[in-house]
Amino acid sequence: MTSGRVRLRLNGRSTEAEAGVTVAAALANAGMAGCRISASGEVRAPLCAMGVCWECRVTVDGEPHVRACMTVVRDGMEVETLAAPRASRRTPDDAVGNVEPISCDVAVVGGGPAGVAAACRAAESGARVVLLDEGPAPGGQIYRRRSGEAAPEAFASWLDRLNRSGASVVRGAAVYDAFASTPPGGWRLSARADERVLALAAARVVLATGARERFLPFPGWTLPGVMGAAGAQALWKSGARLAGRVAVVAGTGPLLLAAAASLAKAGARLELVAEQARARSLARLAARLGASSPARLVEAAGYRASFIETPYLPGWWVAEARGRGTLEAVVLTDGERVVEVPCDLAAVGYGLVPNLELPVLLGCETRRGAAVVTGDQASSVPGIFCAGETCGVAGVEVAMAEGEIAGAAAAQAWRAGDTNSRRLVRVRDTGRRLALAMDRAFALRPELRGAASGDAIVCRCEDASFPAVARCAGAREAKLATRAGMGPCQGRVCGPALEFLFGWDSDTVRPPVQPATLGALAAADDAVAANGRKTSEESA
Amino acid sequence: MPHPDLIVVGAGIVGAACAAEAAAAGLSVEVLDSGFAGGGTTAAAMGHVVVMDDSEAQLALTALSRRLWTELASELPASCEDERTGTLWIAADEDEIELVRRKAAVHRARGIAVEELDAAALRDAEPMLREGLAGALRVPDDRVVYPPNAARWLLERAEARDAVRREREPVAAIGDRRVETASGTRHAGAVVNAAGAAAAALTPGLPVAPRKGHLVITDRYPGFCRHQLVELGYLKSAHGRSSESVAFNLQPRRTGQMLLGSSREFVGLDARINRPLRARMIGRALQYAPAIARLSAIRTWVGFRPATPDNLPLVGRWETVPGLWIAAGHEGLGVTTALGTARLLVDALLGRTSEIDPSPYSPMRAFAPGGHW
Repeated sequence: MTSGRVRLRLNGRSTEAEAGVTVAAALANAGMAGCRISASGEVRAPLCAMGVCWECRVTVDGEPHVRACMTVVRDGMEVETLAAPRASRRTPDDAVGNVEPISCDVAVVGGGPAGVAAACRAAESGARVVLLDEGPAPGGQIYRRRSGEAAPEAFASWLDRLNRSGASVVRGAAVYDAFASTPPGGWRLSARADERVLALAAARVVLATGARERFLPFPGWTLPGVMGAAGAQALWKSGARLAGRVAVVAGTGPLLLAAAASLAKAGARLELVAEQARARSLARLAARLGASSPARLVEAAGYRASFIETPYLPGWWVAEARGRGTLEAVVLTDGERVVEVPCDLAAVGYGLVPNLELPVLLGCETRRGAAVVTGDQASSVPGIFCAGETCGVAGVEVAMAEGEIAGAAAAQAWRAGDTNSRRLVRVRDTGRRLALAMDRAFALRPELRGAASGDAIVCRCEDASFPAVARCAGAREAKLATRAGMGPCQGRVCGPALEFLFGWDSDTVRPPVQPATLGALAAADDAVAANGRKTSEESA
Repeated sequence: MPHPDLIVVGAGIVGAACAAEAAAAGLSVEVLDSGFAGGGTTAAAMGHVVVMDDSEAQLALTALSRRLWTELASELPASCEDERTGTLWIAADEDEIELVRRKAAVHRARGIAVEELDAAALRDAEPMLREGLAGALRVPDDRVVYPPNAARWLLERAEARDAVRREREPVAAIGDRRVETASGTRHAGAVVNAAGAAAAALTPGLPVAPRKGHLVITDRYPGFCRHQLVELGYLKSAHGRSSESVAFNLQPRRTGQMLLGSSREFVGLDARINRPLRARMIGRALQYAPAIARLSAIRTWVGFRPATPDNLPLVGRWETVPGLWIAAGHEGLGVTTALGTARLLVDALLGRTSEIDPSPYSPMRAFAPGGHW
């Protein structure tokens, strides 16, 4: 399937793309630098490449505001970039009244490692399980691949297990609402999958919503060519050819090594990797890893080996991106020295932050930016379990272990004393301790706040600038006064940045937690109302 | 420190307008708000500046206020998103065409420009509406502003005339020419309670109750619709005092976004989204504008209109407390009537004669012989 080709029309011109790649990858491969025109008239291109930032919006088959990074090319598809959004050409009726009610024992949100492990364990325990995954195929960001491409070996066995488990998987399902059933006793999820609206009723829910990249603003970061570190990696995994691109990787965290290794493997010319953490923090971490988790050190060394001729500079960060229309160079600094490095791809990410919209919407307690859970991954809300990065970023092994625990617990089949259970708990607890050490080693240095100053754009959806936002006293005030956080990403990009820059908590989470058509909102909620009426009649 | 002439409690659109008007008249003014300027009901408002004719008094105040907004238009900065969109009052059927005629006559009698549109003219004006609607009344001079920034801008005008703004300064009580705050008692020549939905908590006996509403905003679709669209049935549904109601009300924002309302319910200050009611609200809109079904909704919020029993605001002296004035209870018309309210209030404070009769808005009307609540 991945070997085939499809025909597309890009801005009216016929072109070919490899089957299974995303529209974002196809655009990059066709040499098209921009996707959309921003509120202030700038050309924008993918930043996160994983469905979070909405920078890659294009018009697909007459439908505006479609995320190129989440849409797989289809034969005959028409794609328009840099177009003024018009209302959809399609008839309205297909968005209304087309609600699919589904009921199950356990709903799992997120098809990354944690979600897949949870779905497997819950279904193997006899529960009726529905896994809702926004991606084209389960695997999350770590196992992201072209549609139809075989999963990496490490994950393929889990996919086999998922197939055998009896869990049903809904691909491309964006969950935009979640709430308690009326009368109480279960949970409701509303999701959009292509043209369908799913109204899901579940006795228990596992939230394995994963994490997104943290971005910090700096002048020029909106230029096409500046992406996230995970973002550049995701774009490549989705089928973009990066061979010959001149790249700089910067930001912080273990992800930089993985991203740099991916870019090297993709054939990009890697100029340097700038890690904002100080060399002595990294040395301390390496000593800790050497003593307690040598495998992680070996993994890191393996990544490093794949770009061994490229300098890796601790204590350096990006001060500015320069270019006329697209990226031409980044300016790096260590606080004293300044160097300009010509490049056409800057992969810049400041670690990962958990996706907490659904847990917060459901009322789950969070602390320091992560869901709070008990030993069996139960959140503070009875019947809601959280697993993986939702509970704090800790990597794939912890996610898998927590997914298994949560899945078993949600199926009411968790036996804490089992040998296997004890193994899972050990993996989780060891991994969580290690994650804390990583967080300390890669803590963001205060100088990064200075990089945001000047007239850098803070909110890319609405083009709210740093000076305008800095005049406000909190996130909600800034939102109302400058529109920061009012766009379709709903503050997912600027929220964590504002938290770091000013210490502001994000504004309230309200449904829909992802954009959804008005037709979908009306239909799903109406189905809920009808069901509520039916249930109360039955009980009356 | 000398006491200000006037303390305004509440920096929403009404309080901000009062502060600007009083400062322009030469009074020394201090504005207190428990949060920040324009952060309460104002932040949740649609910002439709509209002439309404449910009653003679409502017509007089909205017409005066719209004129004042129009006079300010050239000074409003871009952040206030001022736009003369006009309003289309949509008649679904021939019965409602009769309402169009009556409404047109009432407006014309006051010298307010209107146009009667038949079915074909309505299709021409807004092609995305469904076929089969009977017509509309077009009120071309109605406008749209972005309320929180309009409130901020009015406050900045007041500050330019030496008014003092104190945000994050909750007022615990209002007394005889004084207010009690966490930082102590503040005295003034007079106090205006412009605390919106919180006004009744500060002035017991004030007949203001929060009336919750939902709004949904979409992504950007420039040119999708040009006028603020309101169903004529709104006149019936919006003012029913019983339980929940919805009405079709769609507004094109300067950004190209569509802002969709409206719902009304009395449920106290419960800020949760009422999903079935929101579904009814969208469903109502789909009956007029089926094409909105495919628009991408990016955010929903609720607000609390400060409602009064007779749908008129409370503007004037509160006679049971010396030095206390009220500018509250504007329900869903606070943005429209803020400027007229401020004009009436400052006229009364200074003993000037107003250009419209202020007596219908007196907060004491409840206690007058024949007061009906």
